[in-house]
Amino acid sequence: MTVTEDETRDLEADFERTVAAEGRIEPRDWMPEGYRKTLIRQIAQHAHSEIIGMQPEGNWILRAPSLRRKAILLAKVQDEAGHGLYLYSATETLGVDRAELTEKLIDAKQKYSSIFNYPTLTFADIGVIGWLVDGAAICNQVPLCRSSYGPYARAMVRICKEESFHQRQGFELLRTLMAGTDAQRAMVQDAVDRWWWPSLMMFGPADGDSPNTQQSMAWRIKRHTNDELRQRYVDMTVPQAAALGVTLPDPELRWNDELQAHDFGAIDWDEFAQVVKGAGPCNAQRLANRRAAHEDGQWVRDAAAAYAAKRAHQEVPAA
Amino acid sequence: MSMADDTTAHVEGEPTFDGSTPPRAHWPLYEVFVRGKRGLNHVHVGSLHAPDDTMALHNARNLYTRRNEGVSIWVVRGDAITASSPDEKDPFFAPSGDKVYRHPTFYEIPDDVPHL
Amino acid sequence: MHSHDETDDENVYDALASADDDGRWAFGTGFDAGTAEIDAPVPEGVDRDDLATYCLMLADDALVASQRLAGWTTKAPELEEEVALANIALDLLGQARVLLARAGHLGAAEPFRVGPQDDEDVLAYFRDDRAFRNVTLVEIDLGDFAQTVAWILVLASWRLALLQRLTGSRDPVLAAVAGKAVKELTYHRDYAAQWVLRLGDGTPLSHARMQAGLEAVWPFVEELFTAHAVERRLVDAGVAVDPTELRGEVEAVLDQVLPAATLTRPDRAAVGLVGGRGGRDGVHTEALGPVLAVMQSLARAHPEATW
Repeated sequence: MTVTEDETRDLEADFERTVAAEGRIEPRDWMPEGYRKTLIRQIAQHAHSEIIGMQPEGNWILRAPSLRRKAILLAKVQDEAGHGLYLYSATETLGVDRAELTEKLIDAKQKYSSIFNYPTLTFADIGVIGWLVDGAAICNQVPLCRSSYGPYARAMVRICKEESFHQRQGFELLRTLMAGTDAQRAMVQDAVDRWWWPSLMMFGPADGDSPNTQQSMAWRIKRHTNDELRQRYVDMTVPQAAALGVTLPDPELRWNDELQAHDFGAIDWDEFAQVVKGAGPCNAQRLANRRAAHEDGQWVRDAAAAYAAKRAHQEVPAA
Repeated sequence: MSMADDTTAHVEGEPTFDGSTPPRAHWPLYEVFVRGKRGLNHVHVGSLHAPDDTMALHNARNLYTRRNEGVSIWVVRGDAITASSPDEKDPFFAPSGDKVYRHPTFYEIPDDVPHL
Repeated sequence: MHSHDETDDENVYDALASADDDGRWAFGTGFDAGTAEIDAPVPEGVDRDDLATYCLMLADDALVASQRLAGWTTKAPELEEEVALANIALDLLGQARVLLARAGHLGAAEPFRVGPQDDEDVLAYFRDDRAFRNVTLVEIDLGDFAQTVAWILVLASWRLALLQRLTGSRDPVLAAVAGKAVKELTYHRDYAAQWVLRLGDGTPLSHARMQAGLEAVWPFVEELFTAHAVERRLVDAGVAVDPTELRGEVEAVLDQVLPAATLTRPDRAAVGLVGGRGGRDGVHTEALGPVLAVMQSLARAHPEATW
């Protein structure tokens, strides 16, 4: 079916009106191709991040030092698989299949959050991931519950509810460790030292270097700029760090009374660029693991499909 | 990417049963509907992939209800749904407009459904 | 127009340091002994040490099985299976925790206590493999997905048959744990049966792997139907289940599933015992040591710490 230029103009006007009025775009609505592509890229990247993010935390499930912590961590990593599935489900409403996105992930053609390319070296990393990484993710994600695309917004509502529990358990673990032995306290500070700067990078490049931000904000796919969210995260985290009794590793971090916000030091964007381009500490390992799981599972998926096909044939009535 | 190309990628190939060429089809997409408690309607909560109806129910129970007892679940293959959507305008996607399983989530989720 | 503004941008952070939320963590993570109290009195005429040992047996079965299953995390053949396998691992871990706490209450933790940990953690982290009382089935390497579902099918069918009977135990904690676990195990058994069917009657490759997986698990099945002296004493006291009675039920499940899955019942001898002793006596396969070494490494590096 062809659409005339006039019709396209009408549709585009409808779309713009809906978005401007904070309405939701739903899967069968007309949408600009750029909007659809941007959404697919953003949601897929988000879904991939959930799935790859299972690995650094999964690294400690077998060694979790108490049964309660083991159960919480296993449930958390399971939640992340669930979040990935919710998000892949949202991408499918845009006409793209999960299998296709998985291929793009393991071929390194689509990205995931660079934070998961850092290693988890101690159990305190589990707490710090909950507190800082999930905390940063919440800053990024809570506004997305009002994203203009309905299926994405709805998935984010569910995800944010669970993420807030994740952040809470991370904070609670760190509080326990800080009230523990000297070795446990040292473990926490070491983990904070390693994760603080990567967590700031989670908000993406500075606004001046983020060419897509303006269009994404106009489309209400994004609600705030990278720097706005990063500032909010810093302002939120500083008092929490004080409450925990840990030092954030930034000598330039201080309250600016004039701006009513914290000043903080320069982010090492070279390191960020390295990690994004695939040369972080764990990029290769994370993708290799995901690829192995996917490829090792092919025979299982094939078998189930073959079984279903046989049954479908058998169920055809003989008469 | 074209919608038409994309959807054909999901059509399961005609399987052969002589053991020579096992079908390498993707698991089909299922839409999931959950009744959170008695007195409520089933509402659409999302989708998942499963090889068949039985496993789709298993997966739905795991993923969308966290195995909450007393929750009723429906799963239906996306390609079995026929839908109309008067407020929505989809001429751009018209070639796949009948493939409603591509566009499942136009059901709204009430806020009062637990676990969603 | 539907909107989700109830998820406010700001107040999500308010509750950050609020009270413990274990209850929210789905299943298995909460500490749920059902209706019974961990410190319920020992039923009259029942030997306290025997009861503690029996709790350890059933706890260790679940704990080691859970640890093995958790090893699938991030490696499952499909994301939906990640969720399913984690569910089973969490259920078993939840069962183990209540049973360990009961054993601890009965005094089982004291010989192993070196620090301030809860009983369940003393028993899980500071016992050596020789003090673990699990059947050896739960400690073996799980192999591929086919072997894993064969293992779950056998384990869940057996444990379900056992715990169904245990709901009538004179020990209120055992009865309560069993009552809750029966629902969980029914689900595990069904999940595994569905996969055994699909792999057995799927492709030629999956059929071969499914048969091989079943063969790998088979030598560890016989031990499931062997009664230990502690079990025999507690059967007489109305507390425990006689494992020799479970064979019929487990075989009935397999007799139903295996032919439907076009699989053959393996003809393989049971693994031999060491001087007549097996897992229930603390005499294990070589597989258990490394499993526990991984599980216990961090806790043992900080014996004075809690987490």
